[in-house]
Amino acid sequence: MFDFSIIANWFDSLLRTTLGLGDFWTILIECVLVGLAIIIGYAVLAIILIFMERKVCAYFQCRIGPVRVGWWGTLQVFADVLKMLIKEIFVVDKADKLLYYLAPFLVIAASIGTFSFLPWNKGAEVLDFNVGVFLVTAISSIGVLGVFIAGWASNNKYSVLSAMRAAVQMISYELSLGICLISAVILTGTMQISGIVESQTGPWQWLIFQGHIPAILAFLVFLIAGNAEANRGPFDLAEAESELTAGYHTEYSGMGFGFYYLAEYLNLFVISGLATTIFLGGWAPINIGIEGFDTLMNYIPGIVWFLGKAFVVVFLLMWIRWTFPRLRVDQILKLEWKYLMPLSLVILVLMTVCVAFGWTFTA
Amino acid sequence: MENKQSYFGEIGAAFKTLTTGLKTTMKEYFTPKSTEQYPENRKTTLHIAKRHRGRLVFKRDESENYKCVACLMCEKACPNGTIRISSEMQTDPETGRKKRQLLDYQYDLGDCMFCNLCVNACNFDAIEFTNDFENAVFDRSQLVIHLNEEVYKGGSLPNVIDGGAEWQVGTFNTKTK
Ligand code: SF4
Ligand code: SF4
Repeated sequence: MFDFSIIANWFDSLLRTTLGLGDFWTILIECVLVGLAIIIGYAVLAIILIFMERKVCAYFQCRIGPVRVGWWGTLQVFADVLKMLIKEIFVVDKADKLLYYLAPFLVIAASIGTFSFLPWNKGAEVLDFNVGVFLVTAISSIGVLGVFIAGWASNNKYSVLSAMRAAVQMISYELSLGICLISAVILTGTMQISGIVESQTGPWQWLIFQGHIPAILAFLVFLIAGNAEANRGPFDLAEAESELTAGYHTEYSGMGFGFYYLAEYLNLFVISGLATTIFLGGWAPINIGIEGFDTLMNYIPGIVWFLGKAFVVVFLLMWIRWTFPRLRVDQILKLEWKYLMPLSLVILVLMTVCVAFGWTFTA
Repeated sequence: MENKQSYFGEIGAAFKTLTTGLKTTMKEYFTPKSTEQYPENRKTTLHIAKRHRGRLVFKRDESENYKCVACLMCEKACPNGTIRISSEMQTDPETGRKKRQLLDYQYDLGDCMFCNLCVNACNFDAIEFTNDFENAVFDRSQLVIHLNEEVYKGGSLPNVIDGGAEWQVGTFNTKTK
């Protein structure tokens, strides 16, 4: 398995010993480079996701989607971005200017923040704290703040209403999300993202196989809660077009709105990426315990595994989104508090029992 | 509809309906799409159902006579005043009987909502809808059509009144001419 930390260490020593830079400069340069890489990756994924969403949605609705701009519509996203960039940005009268401008950045910051936690390859985790899982949930909740501030600062009653709905929904579902993550932590015994992935290498060691029944349940709950967390259908009542026009970002134009749009799509990817990391083994390849097959699989780079698995989950979430009708706000809260939340607590207990008695397939 | 079910019964029912939904959409995902690539295909593979209501026309016989007798039934039936008929009483020189004669049958395509009530109201089978749908013009006033003055012989596209090309599924109908 290719280890990306070789490159990272080589680059680090290049700066430190070959160029003789001090701690400050080395870290600064590395931070800037990594930051750039993350933002570029973010943008590229956004383009892919938006295109994918449009095509997948079209196919589910028995249409063919964009085909005009570029071959098979591939340049459509660029045209859309260009359109959005040249739109005028204006502020609503009597809006709270500071908060109004701050909100999109909070949302995008939360999104990029959680994005940076994803393990792209062996040794290519950008943020890898020993409390990684906790930090992911903590950073992702900045997004709730952004959404709420956006609605509040817009000087628009509908936006406030929608922001409250969005906040209620996101805060509620974050609970089940967190509990599912904790059940994975119980299984692997670490909160570090790299540690969690590391423990999933080897034959049949993905958590979903390791933890069997509780892990599969946790995975399902995670997908549902994640979908709600990303504010996507069937949980997209924050932007119920028919009742609230566009919800908390009604008053945003141009790139202000673009940021929300971007964050929404990338949150979809972040959720899929996290589901991949926690339950489907991150960059870990499929190993089934047969020598030849395993070495062959190990030759495929980790990033391919990671992206492949993440996009499978993305497709799964899109399938769900374009199938189910939107829920009412009371139904959303009922689903969370009456079904998902108790279920995730049961999963937690079940997982603990399984781990305590050694009823798992951990190697 | 109030269906009282137990806690777990509800979960079971939910799972059942949700998987049905997922199955349906997955099937839809793989069915061939029948999207038409208009306007590329407007002269080649364009299919437009015969019953599509594009605009109102007079039915004419071989010698291009219309059957309208200016009875005003369609004008009365029309909910939004799309049809305006003016007529006068004329005396037939041979029989000496008085008869209503159509002077002007004005149909404002811009007002019509294609409800077909006028066609249903007509007792003389004088009007019908054609599926010719390319009605866009740059000026509203051009949409006011005098049906008695025009002799409608199919629209801008070849054999569109007969439904155009065969309806094809899964080919995207992109063929241009
Ligand atoms: S289709 Fe309806 S709206 Fe149009 S002319 Fe006939 S009755 Fe009037
Ligand atoms: S089109 Fe039919 S209903 Fe209308 S005035 Fe003529 S005969 Fe009467």
